[in-house]
Amino acid sequence: MSSCRKRAAVCLAMIAAAAATVMAANASAQQPHPAAHYGIGTAPTAAEIAGWSIAVRPDGQGLPPGSGNVDHGANVYADQCAACHGTFGEGTGRYPKLTGGSLKGDRPEPTVGTYWPYATTLFDYINRAMPFPSPHVLSADDIYAITAYILNVDNIVDNDFVADRNSLPKVKMPNRDAFMWQDPRPDTAAKECMKSCVDPKMIKIESTAEGKDLTPRTTGPLDAMKPR
Amino acid sequence: MTGPVDRRRMSLRGREVASADFAARRRFLTFGAALAGGAVVGPVAAQAEEAFPPQDAPWSQMLGPGVVDRPYGQPSQFVKDVIRRNVPWLTASPESSVSFTPLQDQTGIITANGLFFERYHGGRASVDPQQHRLMIHGLVERPLLLTMEDIKRLPSVSRIHFIECPANGGMEWRAAQLNSLQFTHGMVSCAEWTGVKLSTLLAEVGLKKEAKWALVEGADAAHMDRSLPIEKCLDDCLVVYGQNGEALRPEQGFPLRLIVPGWQGNVNIKWLRRIEIGDQPWFTREETSKYTELMPDLRSRGFTWLIYAKSVITFPCPEKPPKGPGLYEIRGFAWSGKGRIAHVDVSLDGGVNWERARLEDPVLPKALTRFTHEWRWDGKPALLQSRAVDETGFVQPTISELRAVRGVNAIYNNNSIQTWQVKADGSVFDVQLS
Repeated sequence: MSSCRKRAAVCLAMIAAAAATVMAANASAQQPHPAAHYGIGTAPTAAEIAGWSIAVRPDGQGLPPGSGNVDHGANVYADQCAACHGTFGEGTGRYPKLTGGSLKGDRPEPTVGTYWPYATTLFDYINRAMPFPSPHVLSADDIYAITAYILNVDNIVDNDFVADRNSLPKVKMPNRDAFMWQDPRPDTAAKECMKSCVDPKMIKIESTAEGKDLTPRTTGPLDAMKPR
Repeated sequence: MTGPVDRRRMSLRGREVASADFAARRRFLTFGAALAGGAVVGPVAAQAEEAFPPQDAPWSQMLGPGVVDRPYGQPSQFVKDVIRRNVPWLTASPESSVSFTPLQDQTGIITANGLFFERYHGGRASVDPQQHRLMIHGLVERPLLLTMEDIKRLPSVSRIHFIECPANGGMEWRAAQLNSLQFTHGMVSCAEWTGVKLSTLLAEVGLKKEAKWALVEGADAAHMDRSLPIEKCLDDCLVVYGQNGEALRPEQGFPLRLIVPGWQGNVNIKWLRRIEIGDQPWFTREETSKYTELMPDLRSRGFTWLIYAKSVITFPCPEKPPKGPGLYEIRGFAWSGKGRIAHVDVSLDGGVNWERARLEDPVLPKALTRFTHEWRWDGKPALLQSRAVDETGFVQPTISELRAVRGVNAIYNNNSIQTWQVKADGSVFDVQLS
């Protein structure tokens, strides 16, 4: 129904309607906390916190009210997303491919379908940063709908899927269990050898940047090398 | 009222006038001489000829511009090529992209503020400090909304730390690709940061006992955000407003950014607006879809925040080749997210033999450290390498050692030894050895 920003505005309007409440809230907001050591700053109001609390967790914490289905998502996506990400999420130019692809082979394609571990992150990120040129304009309903559409293109949810704060945390993403969240490094054990560490005959130049037409110039004005 | 001080002022003023007059006469005389000689050479060429001994250089013959000619100073016009540069083909748009520090021209451990590498996820935000707020809330006893004035009232500390994007060297996993120090290693910079310890702020709000993680978030168009374990927040993180003695640059998050010493660049949230305390991570897009490393078995590593020990030779390099045989000083930087650099070794023969380099003070934890090594180049082909060892004993690996474990699709955390091939003609190339 409304984006997180709009929700904040609604909350503020409600508070404004109750004048007595607003005065009390403001009064407490201006008072430093007695238990704090430095006693600086103010206590944010509930509306201030709500307006900025946009982070969504995999368990659904932070997802706002509202919902959106695949069909509506296809329409909003066509208007707001397809110019960069392609009609079906295939990407255009160097803008990210969202759907399809594979992690296997020489050039892995880590898309929502092949890579992202949590569907909730899709809602969070669209709300947080998209559409890229003019972010924070979409309603929660529209963002739920786009999320449903992208998941549907990747065959992760059915055509009749409705995305909302209850359904998104339950979506099992194909790559969810492939992540290791403990850093396994150090995973190399180089020794500090000083003399005759390798057989000089074994040293071969395996690759060189010489002759590759990839490096922008590092003198003169900025290089406007075309994307390739 | 005319005292000694005033007389000195008068006298100084008199000398300035005399000197300006003298310079004007000198210029007139030079100009007249050129006319008389019928010379067609332009003034620039004429000056260049006159600049060397025994001539008195042209800039010695006139007064320079006075104070506040440039109220905010600029580098000399003769170093105008020393700038941040980008790889235009690398990203879809410059607003979500990266630029590289010209390390080949960085003379000390501090990166000039105008040359500090940039990484944006939604462009460079222009934040009004009067309206900027930092909100700290979630699992805390006393949620807080702070103005910049509030934050600057708190006890302040200054620390010198590097910041490195974990994608630094990311284009070199498969093979040597970019023939340039700036582009293979320029996503690292180092500055003195001034601000308040994050632990001070967290004590002020009072963490609840379930508090285990912090979500840190920027005020930029992408609301760039990451989850951080509370132990790191309480250890050495800083919320800073100062960079090398002046206000943070907009490129570095003016008016407020997070510094997470020794951890990958993107967690050092710029334009910091919000810290939410929780009991588990958020698994944001920037710690799932991005900044995770795909391994050969198709599993992926996440939360690989720490920057492991790394080093690179900054002279010679492709941009700064040696000019013929003779004595040179090999120079470079080493750094580790785990603490101080213990030592750096240099090889001239592709890693067969190594010699201990000299570390230049100061050697600070989680900061760029300068090393030098005397090199008498005989004019024969050479393969130059540097290898950092940090105070934990960790030894910087070769690219082959990294590939053997991580394959070629990890993108991030390439801390391998760099090899510069010096050819007999003095040209220098980025190469990788088997």
